[in-house]
Order: sequence, then C-alpha cells, then structure tokens
Amino acid sequence: MTVTLAAQNAGEAAVFWICGALAVLGAMGMLFSRKAVHSALFLAMTMINLAILYVSLSAPFLGMVQVIVYTGAIMMLFLFVLMVVGVDSSDSLIETVKNQRAPAILFGLGFGVLLVGILGQGTRDLPVGSLEEANSVTGGNLQGLAELIFTQYVFAFEVTSTLLITAALGAMILTHQQHYEPKATQRELSQARFKGPHPSALPPPGTFARHNAVDTPALLPDGSVAEISVPRPMALRETPVDRVDVEEVDEVAAGHDIVVDELGAATDDTSGEER
Amino acid sequence: MTTDHYIALSAILFSLGAFGMLFRRNAIVVFMCVELMLNASNLAFVAFARMHGNLEGQVFAFFTMVVAAAEVVVGLAIIVVIFRTRRSASVDEPSLLRF
Repeated sequence: MTVTLAAQNAGEAAVFWICGALAVLGAMGMLFSRKAVHSALFLAMTMINLAILYVSLSAPFLGMVQVIVYTGAIMMLFLFVLMVVGVDSSDSLIETVKNQRAPAILFGLGFGVLLVGILGQGTRDLPVGSLEEANSVTGGNLQGLAELIFTQYVFAFEVTSTLLITAALGAMILTHQQHYEPKATQRELSQARFKGPHPSALPPPGTFARHNAVDTPALLPDGSVAEISVPRPMALRETPVDRVDVEEVDEVAAGHDIVVDELGAATDDTSGEER
Repeated sequence: MTTDHYIALSAILFSLGAFGMLFRRNAIVVFMCVELMLNASNLAFVAFARMHGNLEGQVFAFFTMVVAAAEVVVGLAIIVVIFRTRRSASVDEPSLLRF
C-alpha cells in the first residue's frame, strides 16, 4: 500500500461530500419534480451515488448489487409501470383531501429535525472503524459475506427465496386479466363489421409532400379533413388537425402543373414518372 | 470522516422520503419515496458495519435489498391493477371509504 492513511481519509471525505450532496440533491429532485418519469430518474441518480458511498465504505459487493438490482432492475421496473400507467400522469395541484398539504410539510420537517437531533445526541464522534480485518479473514468482502449468508443466516436466506417466489406469483396473479366472456370468433367479428358503418377498410392516413406521419389526417375530395383516417389512439393525443395546410397543397400543386379543380381533386400526369 | 456523517446523511435521506410520502399523491412516486427510505436505512447499516468492523450489517443490508425487490414487484402490480379499474394512479382517488 503506497497510499498513506491521511490521503485515504481525504479521498473518502471528498467522496462523501460530493456523493452525499448529489444523493440529497437527487432526493430533493425526486420530491419536487412534477412528472413521475423525472422523479424516477432523480431517484436513480440518488441510488448510484449511494452505491459509490457503499464502495467507499468498503462494501464493494453491496455497491455492485445496488447498481445492478436497484438502478438496473427496480428503477427500470418503475419506468415500465410508468409506461403502462401513462408517462404524463403528473400530479394535479388540487387538494382532494382538504388542508392536507400544510400539516404534511410540518410533519415532514418535524420528523427530519427530530431524527437528525436524536442521532446527533446519541452518536457523537463515533470512530469510523475498519473492515480490513473482517474482510481479510476469509480472503475478501464477497467471501466474508458468502460465509455469513450461507452459514449463520442460511435460514433467512432460504426464507427470502420463498418470499421472492411468492412475490413473483403474486405479481402474475394480480396483473393477470381474466376473460369473463368467450373470445369473439372470426365469424362474429366479420358479422359485426358488416353491421357497422364501415364494411370496408378505413381510409389510410394522408401522405403529403411534407407530412406522412400516421397522425396526419387524409383530405376528402372537397378539401375537408377525414378524421376517420387517423387511428383512434392518435386522435386522442390532440392531433393538430390543421397540420395539412390546404393552401400549401394548392401552392405545391401550382408549381407542378397539377390541375386542381373546384373540388380539390388533383389530376397529375407527371406524378407517375417522378416516382 | 466519522460514522456520524454517514448516519446524518442517512437520516436526511430517510426524512426526505418520509416527507415525500406525506406530500406526493401519485402512487408511483409514493413508492419511490419508500425505496428512498429503504436505501437510507441500508446506508446506516453499511456505515455501522464499518464502525463495528464486522460484516453482519452488510448482510442485513443485502436482505433489505431482497425484501425491497419483492415489495416493489407486488406493490407495482397492485398499482397497475388499481390503474386498470380506476384509470388513475392518485392515492387520494380511492377516498370513497372516508366517513
């Protein structure tokens, strides 16, 4: 070891102050960002900083587990669920429970002051200690942990495996959707279609020189917008219906010798060659 | 660097998580606050393990992580089910049991 003890301490202090501040900042960001996705990303930042702190506290295995399990698996699970529930499900500012916010702030602050105060009273200048000895007995941090988990705490370890299996089964059962009526056959589907207003396929979305996205509505022969040509989930997202500029269509048509008649229907004898 | 620093950081993170649980109303964000509190307690475990010079604190932190993983799986499944039936992930929404 060429690194002196003082230099090691200084390095640890630097890691603590930088990563600790970043962790607290991440926690604050999680609390005060309106969108849930931003909260998740801020929490991931806090967790990565805590992982660095674990490594500097001579717990390299836990640091890695923190990165892999917490930021890698749990936070991604959060993001998946946010995707299902709706990314833009942000908090509204209207209080459903009357006068809840002020006591919440009061209790939160009070709890923090109490906790920090009690800990400041109880633990004063505790030595930081060293894990060198415990780690060196069995040849390393991971080996030491493994020996403890598989000898002294082996029963707890087995119980955790049961817990994990139960949790996985519970999640599957909870999210399983039950069909309460038999699935519609192809015959029933086609009958329903012919009874409905559109026996044929719905018109496809518009394809224009500047826009050809699926949420661009097609134009009817009289120049009006065919709302039925946009898929329903797209229409729910407040499609800009004026995306198709009729004047623009006319303008483009004028430059291309396309004859646009009174009804807006275009006859173009060069379009076949251009493509 | 004393253990006190780590414990104070852990206390700050824990109380931020507790505050968020009272303050936020999106169920998923409330869950994230629970995770933050678990992480804060893990930090305390690891710091105390270093102070006492044995690995048992790290073993406990490890078990906490496993339990947190199981808890998140079930909790998020419950949130998805609630969202499916009520079209909302707000914890104030199921307030019909009041009074």
